Order: sequence, then structure tokens, then C-alpha cells
Amino acid sequence: MSVESAAQAAYIVAALLFILALAGLSKHETAKTGNTYGMAGMAVALVATVSLAITRHVSSLGLVLIIIAMVIGAAVGLWRARVVEMTGMPELIAMLHSFVGLAAVLVGWNGYLLVEGGGNSSEALALAAQGSLGIHHAEVFIGVFIGAVTFTGSIIAFLKLSARINSKPLVLPGKNLLNIGSLVAFAALTVWFCISPNIWLLVVVTIIALLLGLHLVASIGGGDMPVVVSMLNSYSGWAAAASGFLLENDLLIITGALVGSSGAYLSYIMCKAMNRSFISVIAGGFGLEAGPADDKDYGEHREMNAEQVAELLQGASSVIITPGYGMAVAQAQHGVAELTRKLRANGTTVRFGIHPVAGRLPGHMNVLLAEAKVPYDIVLEMDEINDDFASTDVVLVIGANDTVNPAAMDDPTSPIAGMPVLRVWEANHVIIFKRSMASGYAGVQNPLFFKENSAMLFGDAKDRVEDILHAL
Amino acid sequence: MQIGVLKEARVGETRVAATPVTVAQLLKLGYEVVIDSGAGNSSGFVDTAYVEAGATIGTAAASDIVFGVNTPAATQLDLLREGATVISLISPALNPDLLSDLARRGVTAFAMDAVPRISRAQSLDVLSSMANIAGYRAVIEAANVFGRFFTGQVTAAGKVPPAKVLVVGAGVAGLSAIGAAGSMGAIVRATDPRPEVADQVKSLGGEYMPVKAADVEVSATGYAKEMSDDYNARAAALYAEQCQDVDIVITTALIPGKPAPRLITAEMVASMRRGSVLVDLAAANGGNVEGTVAGEVVVTANGVTIIGYTDLAGRLAATASQLYGTNLVNLMKLMTPGKDGALVLDWDDVVQRGVTVARAGEVTWPPPAVQVSAAPAQAAAAPVVMAAAVPMSTNRRLTYVGISAALLLLLVAAAPAALRIHLTVFALAIVIGYYVIGNVHHALHTPLMSVTNAISGIIVVGALLQIGQGNTAITIIAFAAILLASINVFGGFAVTRRMLSMFSRS
Repeated sequence: MSVESAAQAAYIVAALLFILALAGLSKHETAKTGNTYGMAGMAVALVATVSLAITRHVSSLGLVLIIIAMVIGAAVGLWRARVVEMTGMPELIAMLHSFVGLAAVLVGWNGYLLVEGGGNSSEALALAAQGSLGIHHAEVFIGVFIGAVTFTGSIIAFLKLSARINSKPLVLPGKNLLNIGSLVAFAALTVWFCISPNIWLLVVVTIIALLLGLHLVASIGGGDMPVVVSMLNSYSGWAAAASGFLLENDLLIITGALVGSSGAYLSYIMCKAMNRSFISVIAGGFGLEAGPADDKDYGEHREMNAEQVAELLQGASSVIITPGYGMAVAQAQHGVAELTRKLRANGTTVRFGIHPVAGRLPGHMNVLLAEAKVPYDIVLEMDEINDDFASTDVVLVIGANDTVNPAAMDDPTSPIAGMPVLRVWEANHVIIFKRSMASGYAGVQNPLFFKENSAMLFGDAKDRVEDILHAL
Repeated sequence: MQIGVLKEARVGETRVAATPVTVAQLLKLGYEVVIDSGAGNSSGFVDTAYVEAGATIGTAAASDIVFGVNTPAATQLDLLREGATVISLISPALNPDLLSDLARRGVTAFAMDAVPRISRAQSLDVLSSMANIAGYRAVIEAANVFGRFFTGQVTAAGKVPPAKVLVVGAGVAGLSAIGAAGSMGAIVRATDPRPEVADQVKSLGGEYMPVKAADVEVSATGYAKEMSDDYNARAAALYAEQCQDVDIVITTALIPGKPAPRLITAEMVASMRRGSVLVDLAAANGGNVEGTVAGEVVVTANGVTIIGYTDLAGRLAATASQLYGTNLVNLMKLMTPGKDGALVLDWDDVVQRGVTVARAGEVTWPPPAVQVSAAPAQAAAAPVVMAAAVPMSTNRRLTYVGISAALLLLLVAAAPAALRIHLTVFALAIVIGYYVIGNVHHALHTPLMSVTNAISGIIVVGALLQIGQGNTAITIIAFAAILLASINVFGGFAVTRRMLSMFSRS
């Protein structure tokens, strides 16, 4: 048994551990074990690879550099993981995606320098003997392209999520043409590169891909971020898989494909939750087609103050809370959790209804509520809770808007028509926590605010929740 | 523009088309309001109250827009200006002559009883607001005639049993009656051909009594439709049985544009106990009860009172006027987009098209059919759509699978042997990834993303094999790649761990 064959065996073990990790993550009970499997898989893979590197006569300087790089990386990673706020989770994940993207670009470039760029190097000769040198050219190109798109796309997503740049969609004239044009250019350059590999072609494709990633995500608005983040997750997987082909490494291929298809599936769930096609999200611009040019008069809204809401809550026997991105922005989750505890201690049934695209990341609301120690078994998905609104006394809508808009069901001309929504208006009373009467991300007015059983509670969600706690 | 509020010409009409409150709202929309002197007297709104709200007293019929509860009388119509707009209850289906008369006079007429039943138009739906009042008032009328308490009581002077009320038809009026009778303490039962109203009946404290039959449906307009013979026979058996048991029967069955269905026969009435009361809300359209006289109270030979008032809503004049007035204000809001007192008719809006029964010398009723957004109607339509869609998507899926299989076949066949194995692994891993993720709990999406993030840091393996192989440039680049990927690996797993430790059960 050589080190080489032992490493191959270790890779299979690592791949299986990764599959177990993802499978474990599907349930609360097994989630922690799943994470441990993942770590074990990674450890096995790293040990095997380092041993492999040693047998391939890595220089002692190289070994030292490996250790330095990993120590720095680990320190930075662990530090970020420890200090990140749960409301900042989307930014962190977008940032991590960009690292995978950049690493894939670097690995791709190295692949080029090692084989194509190294003249008649031993690797190049070996590949040529197999007749797969052309394939290698293509692999380098594809790997660099996907990696670069992921890199800049994630950077833009990070900047948008952390509000460092405006989250409004960027609209360039002929934006679809730009996207398609760069894909066509990529295909043409790939063919050219396979025929005559040249470092300038690689530079050009890297720039095109960087610009494409930039434009792709810049033209998608803030509310579509759950789809974008899971889409970038998927891309980072495909980038890893492409590197796997390049390096003829099955572990990379398997892991990349796992991550790629899981990210794609998550994106699909998110798109379904908005009743939109993946293409339409990627093509960007939600409010653009419809615009807030809707000056229809819906009647007048009612207002309530915190004391009245507290009174209403005291009299209620069942309460459902439907949080949205506004709760994350206001950091109101702890107050909401405290409110939940008080009401439950009072004998009131309190549950949470989570829309699949609430927040800026798939599952964002769940993480925030978990952080605030809200038990996960009272946090329900839209489909689980939607039929219960009719028998509910009070619904608190905290920082959500489009996900509770009845126009999605009633008004076929609405830009969000057909999107599944939480049917909060079926409850006896709906209290909407909101800063102002401004429309939501989709730019559509929400008739919910004007329903007879609705009342607005204006102001910062965190302050208002604390006022209610005070009044209780 | 000027809005005129008519003094109702119809004898016995107590309602008025605007109250001081709605006048103020109309003024806000930019209109001037003129009221016939004494128009609100029978609803309890005196002229001075209107003047205080900002209206003037004058000749309403000469205004640009004329509000009425009932269609204006011929003498009032003669006073109308050329091109004026008349808004009132018109019953277009029953009054074709009136429609052609209105058209001949060149007026635009909006029938408030022709508002399409879609959610958006609920705020203008006069039929609903009047039916609500009528249902409430029907219970009051019944209680007035009925010689006993509604609620059961045990008193020092003995025990009083609760009254039993049967409500036939759980539409708006029926539901309102159920609520009113229930809150007075009666035992309330209700029947309706639409089984989906059972929950609504229950929510108001009533007991739903289904008629066991196969065909229970809803017409495309959201109102109940005429039922089959089999259904009617079974329903009749139920009514016959209930009539012997209950003290009060309130019937609300109306089918738009048709005579009211005869549900309670003379025999059933005869089988009721002495002192029982029937209130027939369909009296104006012929009555659901045999022996009803429209507008009258009849006492049968066996001492059962049949109330056939056709003006139940008008008997609560102040509330009826206020709700009707608000319905009109909502219509004006819809048609006054600029809030500048200028009425703009949007012919493409189904609501505005629906209420317009005469315009520019032509009768424009009935309007083109509108698909009602009421849930039951959609439920009825859904299976048809599904049936059409499913085979198509199966075919399409098969096509997609076929195309991808063919592409994969070509790709793998053309690939060199070394690549072929990798492609196999790749394809299988994609499928595994899909199935593994398929049933992830929604709450774990974020941890899932961060863990996949961590494992996609596996790209470090590539860089590890490239570093230190002699070429300085390659080593530097690989160093950077290892550093980045390590952040991912360690950061991803650590943050996942941190998140998972927060999830706790109650």
C-alpha cells in the first residue's frame, strides 16, 4: 500500500463523510453530528493531501508555507466565526463564498503555469501522452471563469448585504445582452485557448468573468438576496468541481458537485417561494416592471400604540409572530423572544410563521430566533402555519411586508401576483410593526395595512417591542 | 364637480345616500355636495348637520352626479342635466325598461348592486353591507314577535329553555343573523349548499347542518346557484325535520336575477309550534317561505308568525345610510384618482365597468364576465387547470431528461478514458447532493449553507499539491489560495457549530 493509494482511499472516506455531513444537517436532532462528520472529513482529506505532497517531494520551504498559510487562515476564520453577529450572517457567508471563488481562480492559474506555461514540463508531456492536454486547457479555462464570477459576485453581494453599497438593482442598458455576450465570448475564447493556449487569453477571460460576476449581482436587488446567496453557494461548488477536473482529483469533484447541486436546489426552493423563475431573478429587477406608480387609494390605515397592543396581547389566547428583514435590521429578535416568553408564561400559545424568503439568507430568521433562544419547535414554516391564521387572535407582523401582502393572492395585476404569502389577514387582529407607510422591496403597496382588522404600530421594531414588554 | 344627494321618493324608504360623515369625505375628494332639504330626516340626520359638515341645501337632481338609494323617480329624472351621472341601487337584471329609459335620457348610470364580487371591490359592495344589516335586523324583528327569551336561564322563578334558531343560507345576511342570534343566547343552526361555509358558521357560534348530497357547488359569481332535484329533495327533508324542532327560522336564500327558491312549504309551516316565528329575507323576490306576503307580517292559522318585511335594512336607517354612504364614498375614491373633484371612469377596470349599466345613450349591462376571486370559485377551477398542466409537465420532464441523457452520453463517449471516470463520479455526486438536501428542515438552511461553504474550502487540496514544487510564482499563488481556503474551512465549520448550539427545543 503506497501513500498514493492510501490517499485515494482517504479521499473516498472524506467524500462519504461529507455526504453524511449534509444528510445530518437536514434535521435538528442530527445537525451537530453532521457538522462533526464534516470536520472529520476535512481532517482526513487534509492529512491525506499533506502526506501526498510530502511524497511528491514538496520543498521544506513549501511545507513551512503550508503551515503558515493554514495557521493564518484558521486564525482569521475562527476569529470571524466567533465575533460575527447573527444578523450579519448573510455578509459572512457571502464573504466566504468569495474566498472559494478566488481560491479557484488561483488554482486554475497555477494549473496553467504548471502545465501550459511550463513549456515542455513533465506534467504537460504526461498529459499529452494520454491525449488529454486539450481537455486540460478547457478545464483551466472553465475553472478560472466560474471561480472569477463567484469571486466578484460574492464581493458585490457582501457589499450590498453589509449596506456598503446601495442594494438597489443596477440597470445598465441592454443588461441581458451584456450577460449573454460575455457567455458567448467565454465560449469562443475557450475554443481558441484549446487550440493555442496563451496567457493573454487567460487574462482576458479572467477579466470578462470578473466583470460578469460584478454585473450579474449588481443588477439584482436586495430582496432577492436569499436566491443570490444560495446561487453563489452553488457556483462556489461548481468552481471547486472544475478545479477537481483540472487536478484529476475525485474528492474535489464529489465535494464540488455536492455543494453545487445543494446550492442549486436551495435557490430553486427560494425561487418557488417567490413564484418566480430562476432566470427572472438572475436577470434582476423586481420593482422595475411594475414600479411604485400605484397611487390607488386603499382607504385609511389605523394606528395603535404599544399600550393598546399590550392590552390586546394580554387578552389573546393565540398569537402568531411573522418576522421579516426589518426585525433583523432593528436587532429586535431578543425583545421578540422576551415577549414570547412572557406571553407563553401567561398561558398564551405563541408561534412564529416564517416565509421562505424572509430575510436576506435562506433560514436567516430561524438563526436569529435561535440566537435569542426561541425554541425551534414553535418556529413554523409558511405551509405549516398558513391554515392556522384564521383561528388566531393576534398576528404581529414585525418588519415584513411583501411576504404578507394579500395583493399576491387577490390582485392578478400585482407584480407579486401568485407569490405564496402568509395569510395573516385571516386572523382577528393584525398588528404591523413598521417605520412608515413606505412600500416594501417589491415597491408594491400593501392592502393589508388598510384592512379593517389591521393596525399599524409605527417606529423602530426594537423600541416598540420593548414598549410593549414594559406595558405588559 | 357637484354631487347631489336626493331625498328618496319611494314611499317607506328611510335611508339616505349620504350622511354628514360621508359628506365630509366627499368634500375631501374635491367635490361640492348639495342636499335636498329633509333628505336625511327619516334616518335621523337633519339639514343643519349636513350644512355643518360642509354641504349646501338645494336641488340635488340638478347636480353633475346624483346620489340616490333607490333609482330616482320619474319626476326627479326629468330634472337631471344632460350628461349627468346617477348612482343608486338599480337591480339591472329586473328592470330592463328602467335601463333603456336611463340610456335614452343620455345619463351615465352606476348600479351599486352590480358591483362585481371581487376582494378589491368589497368596500363598495352595497349588497354585502345591506345584507349584514338585514340579517341583524331579522333577528331583532323575530325577537320582538317571539314571546320568549332567546337565552336559556335558570331563575328563582323557574327554568327558561333557550330559543332554537335555524338560519337557511349562510351568506352575508345569514352569517350576520347567526352572529346576532348567537350573541343573544339562542342555539343557532345553519344550512347552506356550500360546505366551505361550515367554518364561518362555526366561527360565529352556529352549528352547520350539511345537506348530504353529491352536487355542492358555487357559481362563478360567488353566489349560491340553483341546486339539482336530488339536492332539493334532501334539503327539504332536513327543513321539514328542523321546522318541527326550532322556534325561529330565518331564510336568506336568494339567487341573483331569479325568483327566490321556495324552501319552506306550507306543510312545514303548519308543523311548527304555536308562537314560532319565520323571517323571510327573500320576501321581495317571492319569498323562501310559502305564505310570505312581501312587506307584511302574516299570522297563520296555527299561530306561526311569518315576517316578510322587504325593508329590513331601512329599519336600521342610520346605520344603513352610513354604510351605504361609505360604499358610495369608496366608489368615488376609486373614480377620483386625482382627488380633484373630477370623476374619471376607467373603462378597463372590471369594477368600474361592472357598475356602469348605462352610458352615452347605450345600455351597458350585463358587463363581460369577471372571474370572481372568492376562494371557492378558484378551488373549483383549479382541478381543471391541474389536469391540463400535469401531463404537459410530465412530458416536458421526460423530454428534459432525454435531452440531458443524450448530451451526457455524447460528452462521456467523446471524452478520453481518464476524464470518463471523473465525469461518472461528477454526475453521481450531483444526484446524491440533490437527494441529500431534498428534505432539509427549513430552519437549517443557514447552517447548511455555512457547512457547504466550509466543505467547498476543500479546494485547499488543489493548492496544497501545487505549493513548493519548485516554481516561485506557483508557490506564491498557491500560498494565497491555501490561506483563503483555510479561512473558509475553519470559519465555516466554527460558525456552523456556533449556530447549531443555539437551536434549542422548548
